[in-house]
Amino acid sequence: MNWMDYLVAAPEIVMLGLICAVLIADLFIQDEHRVRTYWLSMLALLVLLLVLVWTGQSGSRVIFSGSYISDPLSQILKISAVIFVAISFQYSRDYLRANEIHRGEFYVLGLIGLLGMMIMMSANSLLTVYLGLETLALSLYALVAIDRNNVNSTEAAMKYFILGAIASGCLLYGISWIYGVTGSLQFTEIAAVLSADPSLNSLPLWFGLAFLIVGIGFKFGAVPFHMWLPDVYQGARTPVTLYLSTAPKLAALAMFLRILVDGLDGLHDTWAAMIMVIGVLSLLVGNFVAIAQSNIKRMLGYSTIAHVGFILLALFCGSEEGNAAALFYTLTYIVAAAGSFGIVILLSRRGYDAENLADFKGLNARSPWFAMMMMFLMFSLAGVPPFIGFFGKLAVISPVIDAGYVELAVLMVLASVVGAYYYLRVIWYMYFEEAEDKAVLQASTDTRVILSLNSLAVLALGIVPGSLLALCVRILG
Amino acid sequence: MIGLEHYLTVAAMLFVLSIAGIIINRRNLIILLMCIELMLLAVNFNFIAFSRYLGDETGQVFVFFILTVAAAEAAIGLAILVVLFRNRRSIAVQELNTLKG
Repeated sequence: MNWMDYLVAAPEIVMLGLICAVLIADLFIQDEHRVRTYWLSMLALLVLLLVLVWTGQSGSRVIFSGSYISDPLSQILKISAVIFVAISFQYSRDYLRANEIHRGEFYVLGLIGLLGMMIMMSANSLLTVYLGLETLALSLYALVAIDRNNVNSTEAAMKYFILGAIASGCLLYGISWIYGVTGSLQFTEIAAVLSADPSLNSLPLWFGLAFLIVGIGFKFGAVPFHMWLPDVYQGARTPVTLYLSTAPKLAALAMFLRILVDGLDGLHDTWAAMIMVIGVLSLLVGNFVAIAQSNIKRMLGYSTIAHVGFILLALFCGSEEGNAAALFYTLTYIVAAAGSFGIVILLSRRGYDAENLADFKGLNARSPWFAMMMMFLMFSLAGVPPFIGFFGKLAVISPVIDAGYVELAVLMVLASVVGAYYYLRVIWYMYFEEAEDKAVLQASTDTRVILSLNSLAVLALGIVPGSLLALCVRILG
Repeated sequence: MIGLEHYLTVAAMLFVLSIAGIIINRRNLIILLMCIELMLLAVNFNFIAFSRYLGDETGQVFVFFILTVAAAEAAIGLAILVVLFRNRRSIAVQELNTLKG
């Protein structure tokens, strides 16, 4: 241990300092100037981004007695998480102000959640994963309940809390068994012990593994551990849903890659079967149940479950190509998810949440530009070329075929056809139905610019998907 | 002689009891929070037993972290419970049914 170690962990350390600074500064800001907390948080995120770029390196470094790792994977995930947290703060600001829930806690809890995600992304031991996970989860529980006078929000927070606590209990129980069998918490040591002694690959380890997968599945929101997801997406205020649906997905992916791929790769044959089952179930349940929804947030919640199915099926292959495809798919998914929730936020006004699909009726007549942006995002989520979502689906399906599961690939294609139905329904509402409310959407200039850039990104990345995919392959190759 | 397997059995029983408590209980959210605490304590039992058996302190260090996180978790859970009670005047589990579909 020397002082250079602290330099490797600089992003987390700087983040912690900045969170404390924002928290204290927020105490001295009056309610009418609350927007200053927003600017301070954005400044904190900018500083963090600079630190991340500055400390970036090509190799991987393991520090703090093997509990923390800094490698290209953690860096790319952290940089993306910072960007998506910044985007979600930006979309949220005007909504929070209009609905009088513009509190400093929103930003501070968002930043603490980001710290938790960064710890998960850099975890090299099961203890670090657990601590990062709890830092993220505890701030998310509080964020969901941020509108404390709202019946739906508090109910969603309670459900999320209970199911989240059960999931982390299961994860811990799994960790205790893995620790008991292998005698270590560090992923590299666990992998070394497993490859040195194949006789360890037996019932107690599988028992622990099953509990670990419950925890990971919950974090992803995969079926059958998805019960919380639609309720929380619907019950939480829209900015919180936006936050939940973007960066934490990257953290869940990091958790999967670190625990199952780095640590327990020797058990691939055992966990692949479980991941395949929950992946297929997520694909089917997510897509079919989403059709029946009339609430847009709930519909996007089920659509998240379906996308998680795709991600898990790519990870199930266990090949480097599959892992790279999963990373690529997650990134392309959250770009589109951030934009769609941004438009849902934009449709809401003071005291009125545009939560129903019917609120999209006639959007083209009201605001043609935003209707077009929403159309791009829906096309990308549905996987229509030339939008980025199409290349995401293509990237995910090819490793499944390479691994020899052609039936599974056919199922994935069919599921995305089913999925296209409910995304296209939104477009149908926007272009071919009459609006009840003719008001033009109001947005501040910065929201307008960032939301447009976000939506155009799904088209631009779709026209040149090569560089992002090549980046993902290089990182996980 | 009490061996590792006895400790693991007790931990497993506690764990199953806490899960059963969560599933069976339909009346009171506070009992649910207690079950969650029990679950974490069952895990602690496991960690201590393994740590003693392996002669490795890492498991005991993990237990301290779990205890700390459990305290934070209980605080947040109770805070959410209070706001829920203010809004609904009830903490019955079966009445958590506004959101569904």
